[in-house]
Amino acid sequence: MNLTVAVLAGLLYAVGTWLVLQRRLTRIIIGLGMMGHGANLLLLQAGDGRGRAPFVTDDPSSLADTTDPLPQALALTAIVITFGVTALLLALAYRSWVLTCDDLVEDDVEDRRIARVDALVRDREVADQAAAEAERASEEAG
Amino acid sequence: MRWLLPAPIVLPLLGAALSMAVAGRRPLQRSIGVLILLASTAASVAILVEVEAHGVQSVQAGAWEAPIGITLVADLFSAMLLVVGNLMVLAVLVYSLGQPDADRHQPAFHPVYLVLAAGVSASFITGDLFNLFVAFEMMLIASYVLITMGGTRAQIRSGITYVVISLLASVLFITAVAFIYAATGTVNMADLSQRVGELPDGLRTALALLLIVVFGVKAAIFPLFSWLPDSYPTAPTPVTAIFAGLLTKVGIYAIIRTQTLLFPPDSRAGTVLLVVAALTMAVGVLGAIAQDDIKRILSFHIVSQIGYMVFGLGLFTLAGLAGAVLYVINQIVLKTALFLAGGLIEHAGGDSQLSRLGGLVHRTPVIAALFLLPALSLAGIPPFSGFVAKLALVEAGADAGQWAVVAVSLAVSALTLFSVTKIWGGTFWGDDPGGGPAVTGRLGAPTAMVAATGALVVLSLVIAVFAGPLWDLSERAAVDLLDPSAYVEAVLG
Repeated sequence: MNLTVAVLAGLLYAVGTWLVLQRRLTRIIIGLGMMGHGANLLLLQAGDGRGRAPFVTDDPSSLADTTDPLPQALALTAIVITFGVTALLLALAYRSWVLTCDDLVEDDVEDRRIARVDALVRDREVADQAAAEAERASEEAG
Repeated sequence: MRWLLPAPIVLPLLGAALSMAVAGRRPLQRSIGVLILLASTAASVAILVEVEAHGVQSVQAGAWEAPIGITLVADLFSAMLLVVGNLMVLAVLVYSLGQPDADRHQPAFHPVYLVLAAGVSASFITGDLFNLFVAFEMMLIASYVLITMGGTRAQIRSGITYVVISLLASVLFITAVAFIYAATGTVNMADLSQRVGELPDGLRTALALLLIVVFGVKAAIFPLFSWLPDSYPTAPTPVTAIFAGLLTKVGIYAIIRTQTLLFPPDSRAGTVLLVVAALTMAVGVLGAIAQDDIKRILSFHIVSQIGYMVFGLGLFTLAGLAGAVLYVINQIVLKTALFLAGGLIEHAGGDSQLSRLGGLVHRTPVIAALFLLPALSLAGIPPFSGFVAKLALVEAGADAGQWAVVAVSLAVSALTLFSVTKIWGGTFWGDDPGGGPAVTGRLGAPTAMVAATGALVVLSLVIAVFAGPLWDLSERAAVDLLDPSAYVEAVLG
């Protein structure tokens, strides 16, 4: 276990998490990329650590003190997949920017509905208050 | 017959490549899609028959022995899901062929759809945790493209939410794989099943919970479900139907598989799962009641029904798991049928908002019947298939003495009935508000759409009729799930 790599992975997760919690799409995407890198570092750390390149030759003793190749293969696969999805996400973000001229993540249907109801309630309260004041004023005048 | 095992993965992938090569020619793409999925369904049925007769089947990709090579393995649970899953993919493709404009200007639809089919099949029969991640990604990347293919503002907005949430879950999945590999030195599930038992208690619990969160996002369990009702309804009907029928159930499959196979009985998160199950059922159905749009109501029902499956798993008894298996199979058919019927309503009524629909029962009695049957089944009204599955779960819960969850599940059933009655009342009864398209013909929609929906409704009735043999099969699947020794032996020899 390499402490530097472990701390680096933790840092990448932390920064990634913070960025994903932002409202701007570009930051979310960068954050996801960082978390992906953190996860890949973690995968690498899951192996035995340092060693010689694991090339198999006819000599069986060549396998001694080689590094564990499996986590590297897993990390490579994970990198390719995250890369592909990030590319798609960037395309979506561009499309969203073209459609809305903004890279803020939009409210979902429920959010908008709650906001609408909230605005209605507030309008009614204001109207009620105005009506009550008008009544009071007319009573005072009468 | 073991050589058949990779067929449901390889065939659709080959089909996708072929379909891509003939991109400009719709008739050719369509026949490739249907033929490939027919072949893949036939292969799945053959696998089920083989597994039923001779027990768990496994094959090592590239002839590298487990635990080094990538293992494909089918036990009864996988094989049953494989058959039902492939049938759904086929039915929904037929439906989409009948739908006007479904794949016009979209030469990418057929290849991506076939990749989705391959991903779903691969998730069901992989015997390797990392390969499960790859299968999930195959399915998810295809689903990202399908859900945003239209490119409208609503689709892009909800598509981004969907992709971001799924990608986060994927990163967590890699993290979980890294932890598991660091702790045990293997990612082969049969091998893990033997090694995880040697780990300290705390670590095992942490890994079990991490995997529940990872798959919980996919399965849309409480509190990780909020992306689902937001993103599913924006896609075209065939896409929503296949997502609703299959994708969340792949998540549930992964939860059931990992929790039963990897973790020994003393580190299972039974209580956590039961609490989550009750909350998922209740919150899902309450969300459904508050909605006005057919697709959104049905999307919340997906969440609610997922709760029942988690309930069956959380009991960790034979009856509970068998109930969960039966419930998953039944729900895949019901949910797909309901969403397809919802699409028919949208086609005939011109809208999916209940407030803008009405009186359709007079204009399109066929569609009304196609919606009513699976809707009653969803609510668990006897003698439909939903009742059989629900009864099995409630009995299992009562046997295990989990009265609180049983009570919640019964209350949620009543609320589900209320909610589908609302769709029925808003759509089929009352006065026609007018403004909808002129419905032509007796069916009220193109024949292929009605036929595909009808086939699924009939299938759900068949499940009810053959509930006895199906229950026996589910019970045998549950026996294998509870005692993974047959699975381990088939893989490691």
